[in-house]
Amino acid sequence: MRRQEEGSRAVAEAVALCRPEVISAYPISPQTHIVEHLSDLVRTGDIEPCEYLMVESEFAAMSAAIGASATGARAYTATASQGLLYMVEALYNASGLGLPIVMTVANRAIGAPINIWNDHSDSMSQRDSGWIQLYAQTNQEALDMHIQAFRIAEEVSLPVMVCMDGFILTHAYEEVDIPEQKQVDAFLPAFRPRQLLDPAEPVTIGAMVGPEAFFEVKYLAHAKQMQAMDLIPEVASGFAREFGRESGGLLRRYRTEDAETIVVALGSVLGTIEDVVDHRREDGEAIGALGIKSFRPFPLEEVREALEGAKRVVVLEKCLAVGVGGVVSANVRMALSGIELRGYTVIAGLGGRSITRESLHRLFDAAVRDELKPLNFLDMKTDVVERELSRIHQGHSSGSHEQNILRDVGVVAAEPH
Amino acid sequence: MPEQKIKHYQAGTFVVGNRLLDPEQRSVQARMERSNSLTSGHRACQGCGEALGARYVVDAAMRATDDKLIATNATGCLEVFSTPYPESSWQLPWIHSLFGNAPAVATGVAAALKAKGRDDIRVIGQGGDGGTLDIGFACLSGMFERNDDVLFVCYDNEAYMNTGVQRSSATPPAARTSNTKPVGGQPGNVFGKGKNAPLIAMAHEIPYVATATVAELRDLEAKVERAMELRGARYLHVFVPCPLGWGSASHDTIRLARLVKETGLFPVFEAEDGEVTSVSRIRRPVPVEEYLKLQKRYAHLFGDPPNTEVIGQIQARADRNIRNFGLLPEGDQSADLPGSAADLAGERPGETDPIGTAEGETSLMRLLASSPHGPQ
Repeated sequence: MRRQEEGSRAVAEAVALCRPEVISAYPISPQTHIVEHLSDLVRTGDIEPCEYLMVESEFAAMSAAIGASATGARAYTATASQGLLYMVEALYNASGLGLPIVMTVANRAIGAPINIWNDHSDSMSQRDSGWIQLYAQTNQEALDMHIQAFRIAEEVSLPVMVCMDGFILTHAYEEVDIPEQKQVDAFLPAFRPRQLLDPAEPVTIGAMVGPEAFFEVKYLAHAKQMQAMDLIPEVASGFAREFGRESGGLLRRYRTEDAETIVVALGSVLGTIEDVVDHRREDGEAIGALGIKSFRPFPLEEVREALEGAKRVVVLEKCLAVGVGGVVSANVRMALSGIELRGYTVIAGLGGRSITRESLHRLFDAAVRDELKPLNFLDMKTDVVERELSRIHQGHSSGSHEQNILRDVGVVAAEPH
Repeated sequence: MPEQKIKHYQAGTFVVGNRLLDPEQRSVQARMERSNSLTSGHRACQGCGEALGARYVVDAAMRATDDKLIATNATGCLEVFSTPYPESSWQLPWIHSLFGNAPAVATGVAAALKAKGRDDIRVIGQGGDGGTLDIGFACLSGMFERNDDVLFVCYDNEAYMNTGVQRSSATPPAARTSNTKPVGGQPGNVFGKGKNAPLIAMAHEIPYVATATVAELRDLEAKVERAMELRGARYLHVFVPCPLGWGSASHDTIRLARLVKETGLFPVFEAEDGEVTSVSRIRRPVPVEEYLKLQKRYAHLFGDPPNTEVIGQIQARADRNIRNFGLLPEGDQSADLPGSAADLAGERPGETDPIGTAEGETSLMRLLASSPHGPQ
């Protein structure tokens, strides 16, 4: 049914259609609306049977999901930012134990300084946690990816993170098509766990493994993600057959066929990028965009194939690997090993800074003239940074960077040091 | 608790042979059908109190649930010595996730069972004092507060034994651990304010809280059975000596567990819905030295001359417990040695008296108000 809906509520409706049996919830912005709506749906009996656990932390949220999943229940939770970091130990445990938990990450920056707005620092920090990571471009895709996520998770026995941009998607009202229960039931069979805590057939789960076998077990985690690489497009095309629209998959190519310049990105910013690509195409520029939908597993071959004909690749990413530069671009470079083309990393949108069409036009103007540096910071106030750096250089205690910078940009009315 | 007046003559141990009891009252371990849930072949040290405690707790819980039991386990000795893969000593469905999340994993198991309509299958969570009182404390408190249908059992050996005997919040004052050595003028572990987990559990007003030691295994089993009769969050705190960490002889594990209760250092009691319902009285009061001297972790207190000041402080803690919990035998029969008139009159080891008959009110509030661990 098509209706105007907030992204969070749309995702909650999708999760409900997947018949979760245990939902653990802990509040953190900007994912709160998702678990709030799920609470309503459990209380009204719209999700039944289902236990809704109001736990005391994200660490407990993931731990309860682990216990539930190991007992054969379809388990779901949602988090963001600091919450994701607080559950990190349990994240690795869930993937190590092969438990097909599905979690929404409403992407948000990580402090300090504390910041509730969107970027990808949170989920990117967990790229090696063993979870499958899918990134939604629109609310419709976020909704659809959750239905696909349960299917993928349960088929390969791995947990799946569906990442959607905090506020930009979670709090945006858009028209979405919410499927019928019988459609989802046909697409998503009942959960049949690979191993189960059952008194009728006792098993030990989570035993200690030494150097004689740990390496192989870890490799199998990788091998399972490689299986998922085949499965994700299969599930996406099955979804397209069942529901009549394209969602998910490994990649989205947008006007890349003859493109000399290809912009690589993840998440909702792809919408803006595609708009800008359309404008520039109208002006005759050979430019396209490549959206990465599955960051883990990372589709090396498909990315290579999509980019190898280009002259230059601009990776625009909403996270910063402090001390080196890009996170996504490091993976893209791995895909391009041995191919000669110009590669640029652009860090953009940290902590919710808007990525506008004007900025992207300026960026792509510089890109096509090959005037970009290897590492670029889109719309960063360099004068402010330089002033603060010079204060540091003066050697005396100059107080907090945040205060100084806010003063420089005029948010705090006070005399500078 | 089941109760039967009996006579026994085994001087020193106070332990009654099973053959003197009615078959119904005999230990789970004395039964042919015991589940052996933690079966032989595991790698616990000789004299391990935790292995003994876990065996009795889980077998009693299995019996109480008709073998329909799932266990979650925190990281720690119990986990490591029982499951070096591919070996496992557990004969029940068992999951180890992390050090600090065993209560939350148990919550998830209980929720899954509820969603699936399997109320017949019950859940037990287990951990050591570090996994319970320190790193797992938030998850434990959350599980209590939600009143999730989980029995959580803490096997308290008063330090991080698995990592090489480091101090935990359950380590008693003056005890030597790897990071509270009696060097540089320090007396071992500091005299802090303590962290009384059973009282904190009671403050959640959960259906059942009990303490027990591995010296009185029938008492331990009876408490597990009582816990499994109830639904909701339940907590059992079991005192389990650790020969390796304490520097005690393996054959003294039971003796130390008995002495810790008889000195008053570890009150053995039960509470329901936040109210103490029974205490296990001291049978024959003994000074703390008898308990301390058997352990090398206190050896620095018994030099020449002995550190009477610190020993006195430890005795004072025991005396406070005795007052606060009303632990003295009725009429303060402090000289009731085995075989004495009182003994032959038929007191049972671990006998529990309903609180209030001799000692007056012992509500949680009174305990908290008067305990050195509580809000001052």
